[in-house]
This record gives sequence, structure tokens and C-alpha cells, in this order.
Amino acid sequence: MKSLEELERIKKEAQAMTKLREDKENTKIVVGMGTCGIAAGARETLAAIMDELAKRNLQDVVVTQTGCVGLCEQEPIVDIVKPGKPKVTYGRVTGERARQIIASHVVNDRVVGEWVIATG
Amino acid sequence: MEFYRSHVLVCGGTPCVLGGCKAVRDALIGEIHRQGLSREIKVVETGCLGPCDLGPVIVVYPEGTFYGPVKVEDVPLIVEEHLLKGRVVDRLIARERPAEKEIVKYEAPSYLGPQKRIVLRNCGLIDPESVEEYIGRDGYAALGRCLSQMKPGEVIDLVKRSGLVGRGGAAFPTGLKWEFTAKADADQKYILCNADEGEPGTFKDRLILEGDPHSIIEGMAIAGYAVGADKGFVYIRGEYVISIERMQKAIDQARRLGLLGENIFGSGFGFDIEIRKGAGAYVCGEETALIESIEGGRGEPRIKPPYPGTHGLWGKPTVVNNVETLANIPPIILNGPEWFRGFGTERCPGTKVFTLTGDINNKGLIEVPMGITLRQVIYEIGGGIPGGREFKMAQTGGTSGGCLPRELLDVPMDYFSLAEAGSALGSGALLIMDDSHCIVDIARCFMKFFRHESCGKCTPCREGTDRLYEIMDMVSSGRGRAQDIDLMTELAQVMQRASLCGLGQAAPVPVLTMLKYFRDEFEAHIADRTCPTGTCGL
Ligand SMILES: Cc1cc2nc3c(=O)[nH]c(=O)nc-3n(C[C@H](O)[C@H](O)[C@H](O)COP(=O)(O)O)c2cc1C
Repeated sequence: MKSLEELERIKKEAQAMTKLREDKENTKIVVGMGTCGIAAGARETLAAIMDELAKRNLQDVVVTQTGCVGLCEQEPIVDIVKPGKPKVTYGRVTGERARQIIASHVVNDRVVGEWVIATG
Repeated sequence: MEFYRSHVLVCGGTPCVLGGCKAVRDALIGEIHRQGLSREIKVVETGCLGPCDLGPVIVVYPEGTFYGPVKVEDVPLIVEEHLLKGRVVDRLIARERPAEKEIVKYEAPSYLGPQKRIVLRNCGLIDPESVEEYIGRDGYAALGRCLSQMKPGEVIDLVKRSGLVGRGGAAFPTGLKWEFTAKADADQKYILCNADEGEPGTFKDRLILEGDPHSIIEGMAIAGYAVGADKGFVYIRGEYVISIERMQKAIDQARRLGLLGENIFGSGFGFDIEIRKGAGAYVCGEETALIESIEGGRGEPRIKPPYPGTHGLWGKPTVVNNVETLANIPPIILNGPEWFRGFGTERCPGTKVFTLTGDINNKGLIEVPMGITLRQVIYEIGGGIPGGREFKMAQTGGTSGGCLPRELLDVPMDYFSLAEAGSALGSGALLIMDDSHCIVDIARCFMKFFRHESCGKCTPCREGTDRLYEIMDMVSSGRGRAQDIDLMTELAQVMQRASLCGLGQAAPVPVLTMLKYFRDEFEAHIADRTCPTGTCGL
């Protein structure tokens, strides 16, 4: 170890990897993973979300899943919950749509109106 | 950079290992792979999470859901329901006794209650085999600050002002101990970490080493810088296989990153550490016997003075510190002495780590502010006494500690308050006993231990432990004589005053406290030849 700066760099990298173990108010992406969601392709959606977050190095975003919410024909369903803002629910989220939602809503705070099925 | 949406932390502390956590971990990895989730979910083996009797325990993040005890058969359900579909498996959530209250989140205040985690700050939260995860939680920042911004004297001064006293049992002020060695003039000095932990029922140092080995390395390196030592040894009990393994890995990683070795942080200061294994004699935890043992001699204590601070390992000035003492150092450096004094009591700042065992609902590893009362520990953290029985006594600090009867339930637990109450805080065990136990029988068992462990070098201890055991055996089998209580008291006092080391000096402590608080039980065994609890076979 040569310097405090070198230590700081390792610390930042490590924190990015373990961030999700902390109890912080982060942006949450919730993917519907009921049988209906999985049948409609939620696994691929989730994989695309993970991939997009990694590509964009978005360390503050937490990804979780939930069960069937009773809107099976709208699956895969994805909620975006930003700290202090109402929940936005998107329907028929394919992998490609998920990537666009991340780019627009998660990163730039612009809700993608045409795919929204509920808010609040 | 690897991104995962979920981390599954599997407790890899010894109690959970004995409960089968390795098989659970393997099953998790297998099942996650089978479900095609390997790139989304990471399995991490971590240090002790605390509730040892609920093991094997696992925590699923980001939710922080606490499952336990988890069996291999439960794994497919957890993976399918929770990790794939996001539905918490209620049936398997860890529950505290006696109310069967769910532990919903590992770090939730409702779970920790009056606990405060300074020493255990990383235990159960990081992968102890990853130096990066330690660094991610401010690891080695204290060492970096000392080496680049502080003079050795300033480090000692800071530790002195924190009020930290040794956690190995003797409660000697750590800063002062360092100062003695710093002032000693010598070509070579040493730092020894005492991880012998021989007190029966105590396993806190073991779990600290298993859960956060780098905190010990960092504490030792800071001590080395403060006193001018470039070499350290960690003396670990040989049975502590996982502690030894993880410590060695941690040393290797620290060397690889240049956190041990020459010229650390470009400061010109160098430090290195080696492990020495103990062979399991209780007396080798005594600092001078420990030094003899490292030198390759017979594990017998030396006459003090001179103290190790000036004449220690190979005759050189040597600091001997307990594992828990050293783990306190990095946060004290980073947060300052005032912060540390904000916990615990005026005379005994900080926290104390205990292994809570015996007749108590929630057993496990806890860390509480100094000065907490036994009542709080038993009823707020431990969940009370099981089976509708009454509390009878607690033993603090293993066999060498004192016994606390019901009258002392509200005495603040710190080194000085307990000493004043005629008891002792000792090292780290907190053994709770209910009213089904016979005091005479317990006293006899303790003395049997000391008789076995006395090294035999000095007469008061060698003969004293033998005779005390003999008398107690007579009393407990109904052959006691009227004068035996006075005889035991006198013998105990002679041992306390005349024994060469702490073993013989402390061995009578439990006996004396039991004679003081439970005299009537001894008398009943002697005068009426009956056991009031009816459990010792009389
Ligand atoms: C019989 C006996 C056994 C001891 N065992 C231990 C032990 O296992 N671990 C420990 O840290 N200190 C033990 N001690 C205390 C050590 O001699 C020493 O005081 C301690 O390691 C100093 O560290 P500290 O100042 O950080 O507490 C023992 C003392 C005696 C007399």
C-alpha cells in the first residue's frame, strides 16, 4: 500500500459491491416474479435490468422481486420506486423496454408515460 | 466489477459450522446455479451473526431477511420462493424466544436492543476472507491515518484519552501499557495478540477472529507503530481451526496489498505478523506463560516484575493485548477518544463482547455497552430464563470470574463496579444458571478445572487447588465438617495472596463469591447433609 489515495480507491470499489447490504433509501426496481410474470418473460427482463445497471455503473439501485399482483395480462410488471416519490408501475416490460425505463426514468427522472399502468 | 441483485450471507462462525452451515452454503450455491441465478445472486460466507442457537443462520440482502435454523432441505424453497420469486418464506424466518418474535431484519434496532456493535462492527456483515470488503468498511484507514498523519506519541496519547482498558480480564489501561513499551530502549520490540482464550464457555475471541481477522491485524500494526515494534505474533488456541485459517488468509492478503511488510503507506514503517498455535493449556493464556510457550519453553508463568512491557519475548519489550482490545483500536483512532467515551461508563468506556450461554432463551454472541446491568442482558437481550424457572446466578468471564447472585442483578457490569461488589467481570463468558443447579456442585466442578489446569510451578496454586477440590468433594458428597467453610475461605485467601500468577490468584474467586452469596447452601450440605435444590445427588 503506497498511499491513502490507493486505499480510498479500493474502498470505493468495495463499497459499490456491498452497497445492497446497507439499509439505505435507494431507488428500487421491483420485478413481478409470480408464475405469470415468469411465463411472460420476467426472467429475461430481470437479466436485462441487471445488465443495464452494470453497464451504467448504477450502484445506488436495489433490485428486488415480488409476486403476482393480479394483473397477469400486464406481466412482466416492473415498479420503479424513487426515494420520496410515488411508485410507478410499468406493464409488459420486455428486456428492451426495461433498458429504456432505466435510461429515462431511473437515470433522468423522466417517466415513460406510454407504458405506465399505475402510479402511487 | 461484479454486480449482483442479491447477496446471501451464510454465517460461517464455529457454532453454525457445527450446525451444518457448510452443507447449507453448498446447497445454496448448487440450487442457485440450477435455477440459473448464479449471475444475479452471490453467496458470501461471513462471521458470527450472533444468535448461535438458531444456527445455521443466513441473511438475504437487500431485504435483510434473517432465516434460521436453515436445513439443507429448506434450501430449494428459499431459492425458489425468495431468491427467484421475491416471496419471503415466513416459516423459516428466525424467531427470538420466548415470544417467538420474528427477527425481521438483521441490523434492526428491535433485534439488537441495547446492544452496540463496535468490536463486532463487521462481524456477520462482511466476508472475512476478503480484505477488500474490510477496506470497504473503513478498514486500514486508521492505520493509514496513524502512519501518514500522526506521530507514535500522538497515537499513544489518543488511546490513553479513550480510556480503553484491556479486555483480557485484567483491565489494565491499554494506552499506558503501550507507553511503557514505547519508552523502553531496545533494538527489537514485539506485539503479541493473546488469542488463547482458555476460559471454559468463552468463545468471543474465536468469533471475532473468524468474523473480522483484519481488524486484529490493523490493531496490531497500529500498536507496533505506536511502540516501535516491527514484528508481531498472534498466539491462537490450536483447536481454533477456522480462526487460524482465516487469520492466515488475512495475513497473506495484507502482505499482498502491502498493508504488512516494508514501508507501509510509504511511511518507512514496516510490520509483519506470524501465527503461533497454542496446545490448549489454560495457563498459556497468562501473558508470561504465553511468552514462554512462543519461545519454545514449557508453558509456565514467569515472576513479575519485570513485566513483559520491558522484558517480554526473548527478553525484549513486548506488548501483550487481547483480541477484543486490539479490535477496538481502529474505530477509536478513526472516531476519536470522545466518541469512544460516549459508550459505557466513566471509568470503563466502550463495550464488552460476551458469549451468552447456559439457562437462557437466546444464546449467542452479544456486544453491550459497559455498565449495562445483568438484568438487562438476561431479560432484554437473552429473553429470560426458559422453562418457567428462576434465575439463580450468573458467572461473568468464565471460571475465573465471579458469581453474580440475584442481589447483584442491577449492579453495572464494568470491571470496577463488579470488583467493588466482590465479583469480577473477567474475559468474555456470561454463563446463566437457573434454580435447578446446586451451588456446591458447581463450585466443585470449577475447582476440578483449576486443579487440572494448575501448572504446578508454585505451591499455593498447585496444593491449594487440590485441597480446595478435596474439601468441596467431601462437602458435596455429604462428608463435610463444620470447620470446612472457614478452612476453604482461609485457603482461598492464601491462594489469592501467594500464588505466582493470575491462575492461582483468580481460582478462588468463584468459590469466595459463592461462599459469600450462597453460604446457606454450603451449610445445608454440611449440617443437614441435604442439598436444598435436590440435584447434586446428596
Ligand atoms: C490463567 C490466566 C489465563 C489467561 N488467559 C487469557 C486469555 O486466554 N486471553 C487473554 O487475552 N488474556 C488472558 N489472560 C490475561 C493475560 O495475562 C493478559 O493480562 C492479557 O492478555 C493482556 O491483554 P489486555 O491488556 O488487552 O487485556 C490470562 C491470565 C491468566 C492469569
